[in-house]
Amino acid sequence: MSGGRESTGRRVLDALRRDPLAVGGTFVLLLLIVVGVAGPWLAPAGVNDVDVDAMLRPPSGAHLFGTDELGRDVLSRVLVAARVSLEVGVVSVGIALVAGVTLGLFAGYYRGWLDSVLMRCMDVLFAFPVLLLAVAIVAVLGPGLLTAMVAIGVVYTPIFARITRAGVLSVREQVFVRAAVSIGASDLRIMRRHVLPNIAAPLIVQTSLSLAFAILSEAALSFLGLGIQPPAPAWGRMLFDGRGFVTDAWWLGVFPGAAIFLTVLAFNLVGDALRDVLDPRQLTVSEARRSTP
Amino acid sequence: MTRFVLRRVLQSAIVLLGVTLVVFLLLQLVPGDPVRVALGTRFDPQTYEALRSRAGLDQPLPVQYASYLGHALTGDLGVSFRTGQPVSWIVAERLPATLSLAVTAVVFALLVAFPLGIVAAVRSGSAVDHAARVFSQFGVSVPDFWMGIMGIILFAGVLGWLPPSGYVALTEDPGRWASHVALPAVTVGLVTASILTRFIRSSVLEVLSADYVRTAEAKGLRNRVVILRHVLRNALIPVVTVVAVQLASLLGGVIVIEVLFAWPGIGRLTFDAVQARDYPVLQGAVLLVAALFLLVNLLVDILYARLDPRITVK
Repeated sequence: MSGGRESTGRRVLDALRRDPLAVGGTFVLLLLIVVGVAGPWLAPAGVNDVDVDAMLRPPSGAHLFGTDELGRDVLSRVLVAARVSLEVGVVSVGIALVAGVTLGLFAGYYRGWLDSVLMRCMDVLFAFPVLLLAVAIVAVLGPGLLTAMVAIGVVYTPIFARITRAGVLSVREQVFVRAAVSIGASDLRIMRRHVLPNIAAPLIVQTSLSLAFAILSEAALSFLGLGIQPPAPAWGRMLFDGRGFVTDAWWLGVFPGAAIFLTVLAFNLVGDALRDVLDPRQLTVSEARRSTP
Repeated sequence: MTRFVLRRVLQSAIVLLGVTLVVFLLLQLVPGDPVRVALGTRFDPQTYEALRSRAGLDQPLPVQYASYLGHALTGDLGVSFRTGQPVSWIVAERLPATLSLAVTAVVFALLVAFPLGIVAAVRSGSAVDHAARVFSQFGVSVPDFWMGIMGIILFAGVLGWLPPSGYVALTEDPGRWASHVALPAVTVGLVTASILTRFIRSSVLEVLSADYVRTAEAKGLRNRVVILRHVLRNALIPVVTVVAVQLASLLGGVIVIEVLFAWPGIGRLTFDAVQARDYPVLQGAVLLVAALFLLVNLLVDILYARLDPRITVK
């Protein structure tokens, strides 16, 4: 079993190494993690250092990405905001993964009424456009980083539940699962030791693609003022705050948006490459996005 | 076929019931008293009591839900906590703006995606194919509101060709409507086009390798005839579904784009309701969007089953 895992891991690494787009995506992601961790130390100025004498200055040697309407250094804010995006992405997808996999496992393993009830609940959540449901949840619970994470986690739960259930339905009929049942293994042990490892591939792919969507959703929520609250920097919020000035100060629109774009692109490229290796039948990014409108 | 339609209608009805429950529960999740929260500094006991009673908040929860459901079925979605106007009226008023934006965006997306997707598939591996794939990846990775901001910088700021935001009704002045809708529609349309291009390309590629296409080529039909009569006819059936789902998503209101371009549609209404904590309006907009989305999905499934009878067997 461990030999199989090693060879799969090596296969993934080899395939990623051969794909120049995946190499680029991985490089951007690694860079992003470094910036996310060390952002405050890398930033040339404090994120909330207001300078009324340097408002809306274009990019220059003193301020590489220019300054905003309060004279704050845009580069510093872009660097520090990387952590927020990564945090929201990882935590919200973590919530969706844990909740979706648990629901999908139980639904697919036990089938019957439990399956029907859980899957109808997932159908209901699927009936809402992703951003609209996230906005509604945040609107009700109150804006903030934690509620944004929970809201994004909730809206991406059904896709994980569906993928898990589909995998469980096919795996539970395999001989090794029936053998485990016949020697008296408990349901939980069978799910954990025999079913989960065999449905991991599509889940890994979906996790990577969902990270991209989650970061896009967080940016959209921040843009609407429903994510992390000012004065803490977030890429989406920076775009919202700068939207009234962009015709005169293009740098306020270009740099935070480019950061979102590069991050999402990197996750998508790595996700697509992982899919090609681990689960070629699974949806492409476009199709996955369509299935979670 | 009839059994399939009945089953799908029943499934959709059950999901819609669940949707109404979720929308109803939204109001219950508001920490504290939603009416008091909504009124804020405009609080006065008379208005407060009237709104609470009108929203049925003085009743037990199951009674509230039954009442909400009964009213919703007759098109009564309550009244706005802010203006006191009927929510269904407020939502209906915003529909034309969203409709005109969604339809324009989808038409633009189709004009881009059809030729690009078809040529990319027919000339697989060519420069056009590579361009189509780059375009698809770009479209699913770029935040639409960022693209909108870039559009404002270029077309409103640098070139001065288009207004940066605002809305004029189509019926009022078609010329000014066109100039106002261009930027938001192209912004939304490009993202939609990138998704459609990928689908059209893979759908055409799949049909190109079918036996009947080889037969058509073997009997000496011209390439043009094979593509138009045999390939496209079959390849575009699944695309109908994707186009309809995209249109449904856009009808649901592209919140961020409508906010960015000050476009007074359903998305902007949702945003305003969130800002004003006008929960009945938020509930009404969310319910309408989800119901529209379900309806379009149902119609598409039925249409698809008619176009391809194998669906009902599956």
